[in-house]
Amino acid sequence: MIVRRIVRWFDERLGAARFVRTALNKVFPDHWSFMLGELALYSFVILILTGVYLTFFFTPGTKEVVYNGSYAPLKGVSMSQAYESVLRISFDVRAGLVMRQIHHWAALIFVGSIIAHLMRIFFTGAFRRPRELNWMIGVTLLLLAIANGFTGYSLPDDQLSGTGLRIMYSVVISVPVVGVWSAFLVFGGEFPGNEVLTRFFVIHILIVPAAIAILLSAHLAILVRQKHTQFRGPARKERNVVGARLWPTFTAKTLGLFFFVFAVCALLGGLAQINPVWIWGPFQPAAVSAGSQPDWYVGWLEGSLRLLPGWELRAFGHEVPNPFFSGVLLPGITFMLLYAWPFLEGRFTKENREEHHLLDRPRDRPVRTAIGVGALAFYAVLFVAGGNDVLASRFNVSVNLITNILRVSLFVVPAAAAFFTYRLCKELAARSPTAGEPEAPAGAELVVRSPEGGYVDVEEPARTP
Amino acid sequence: MNDEVQERQEKKATSRTALAFGITALASIGLAVTYWFGGQEQIEGSLLAVALGGLGFGFVQVAKHLLPQGPYVEDREALPSSDEDEAAFAADFEQGEGWLSRRGFLLKMLGLAGGAIGIAALFPIRSLGPNPGQSLFRTKWRRGSLVVDEQGEPVAVDTLDVGGALTVFPEGHLEVEDSQTILIRLSREDVVTRPGRELWGPEGYVGFSKVCTHAGCPVGLYQQQFKKLLCPCHQSTFSVPDGAQPTFGPATRSLPQLPLMVDDEGMLRARSDYTEPVGPGFWDRGT
Repeated sequence: MIVRRIVRWFDERLGAARFVRTALNKVFPDHWSFMLGELALYSFVILILTGVYLTFFFTPGTKEVVYNGSYAPLKGVSMSQAYESVLRISFDVRAGLVMRQIHHWAALIFVGSIIAHLMRIFFTGAFRRPRELNWMIGVTLLLLAIANGFTGYSLPDDQLSGTGLRIMYSVVISVPVVGVWSAFLVFGGEFPGNEVLTRFFVIHILIVPAAIAILLSAHLAILVRQKHTQFRGPARKERNVVGARLWPTFTAKTLGLFFFVFAVCALLGGLAQINPVWIWGPFQPAAVSAGSQPDWYVGWLEGSLRLLPGWELRAFGHEVPNPFFSGVLLPGITFMLLYAWPFLEGRFTKENREEHHLLDRPRDRPVRTAIGVGALAFYAVLFVAGGNDVLASRFNVSVNLITNILRVSLFVVPAAAAFFTYRLCKELAARSPTAGEPEAPAGAELVVRSPEGGYVDVEEPARTP
Repeated sequence: MNDEVQERQEKKATSRTALAFGITALASIGLAVTYWFGGQEQIEGSLLAVALGGLGFGFVQVAKHLLPQGPYVEDREALPSSDEDEAAFAADFEQGEGWLSRRGFLLKMLGLAGGAIGIAALFPIRSLGPNPGQSLFRTKWRRGSLVVDEQGEPVAVDTLDVGGALTVFPEGHLEVEDSQTILIRLSREDVVTRPGRELWGPEGYVGFSKVCTHAGCPVGLYQQQFKKLLCPCHQSTFSVPDGAQPTFGPATRSLPQLPLMVDDEGMLRARSDYTEPVGPGFWDRGT
């Protein structure tokens, strides 16, 4: 009764009952891989919640102060206000450290789930017409997430983040013509610059999160307008969506997922130490330690900086220095290809003349799947190269040998991975004769070991709806 | 599945959910108590995880066992609007557009105004930073600068043994990033690393810019045995006796060498600033 009255009150003022009812009945197809985007959404919510708390205590200042907090080893050490306030959050603000660590873990999960979501969309062809726009918004969100991760871990002004900033500054000044000016405008002068922390703070807590929130809303609005894609299966057609309704079943399920994501972040934040800046120490420009690695999602860029041999361009009294190729050109090409992929593929397959709402199985698109796996292998090798010094000391071999092996692997491994994937797709597709038919049952193959010791393929009976 | 079995399963799911929510309540109380008594991050994180996990488990139970499962089928209407709608939209839009295009002069003036205000709005960006000018070409080293270590202590001829290395700055400019220099003593005789540098290495002391010519990290690791400097960031390796020429890794240029001299009191001083820009390359470096 009370619900009816509240509904009446709002409806008399907004006239929204019919619209909201349609929204409540929206159908969500059920597949585990559809949760990856939700993971990203929920880690963003956790980032906002914990991040707002941290802003109440963080000071983005470069002014030198002498530490006098409760962490004994650094007592009397002179450091920036920023670093001092991070120590205060970690040791003297009650619940501060757990908030900080949940925030950092959630950031790692945020970027990770965006990339996993992107891979799901890529390998199932969910980016095809009419979803090219949402694909491009998603790629932009990935870019923004990486940017916010980098600005975020630069803020504490510890030794590690200072090293990261120094490298970023060098990459910016490597840009032809405008590089040096851009770096001076961003850093407020020559490195280390007095302004960079204040600016990164504004970028990190306002500009990028606002952009993410706006684009995320657009991402979801377009999703609702276009409705979900779905895998092939009984009764699933291009012209319908089969699944659970938003209200109440899907709401309960997705709330459950939200709380699970938050629970995992809380557990990690409480038990797994992350970025212990008090061990790195305050930033000193003349110091650096071996084993300086960025957060994982910047690892591929770190690796490309390490793998590229000493090449650069010099002509007419100008030069394009080495970090430009590994730090600007490579990520530039990477994201251009990501943005362009739906159109590139559409041009080659001529499939963009009609809408696609049923998803591909990766095996049914061997070329796309092989290209995707090859690209992943390429970035995986770069990521490994970002830790070449760690590998060298762990396995007690020369870092030069590891680097040379990885330089070769950067081309060999992706080619091999792509070839192997292509063959595997062909093989799998050949063994599932129902592939490609819209009404295909969700059949799977099993390899069963017989009592005599041989192996036989057994086709699992199709599940009935 | 008959009704009785289903009813029993629902009952079980209901009690599991209730239990989970109860655990959440208990863990939350524990969380508040922990905070009250001074807080402890491992306990806080674990209790928060249990509290949130209870909610998560409960909601999943509800979704899987207590709510309608479907599957529901929703029709997907075509995305494009009907031809009439599209035509009507175009017509409505052209009312305004047509008005504008008939007034080409106004449109041009509007473009001029918009462009001008846009460009004017860019000018304040200039306030963000100073003109780079010569700042990337010079450091704080000057003719006669006293060489001091990281504590500000002057470096004398006998400060380092052969094979020793030390990070130094010009006196009065401690911790200035672009002036950091690595001082190495190679032998007891004057050292010439390159033709033209006959006077730069008195008593075996050579000084090189500590800012890596690749990406600017401090080239902090001196491998005494091989007389090599290694950058820990990207593993560029520089051979000290050859004028810190790169032998491995992404660096393309030698570390600039600081011309040194020994004054009458046996103290190390700079002969001049570096003779080329230190640190990573840039467009106008002028190679």
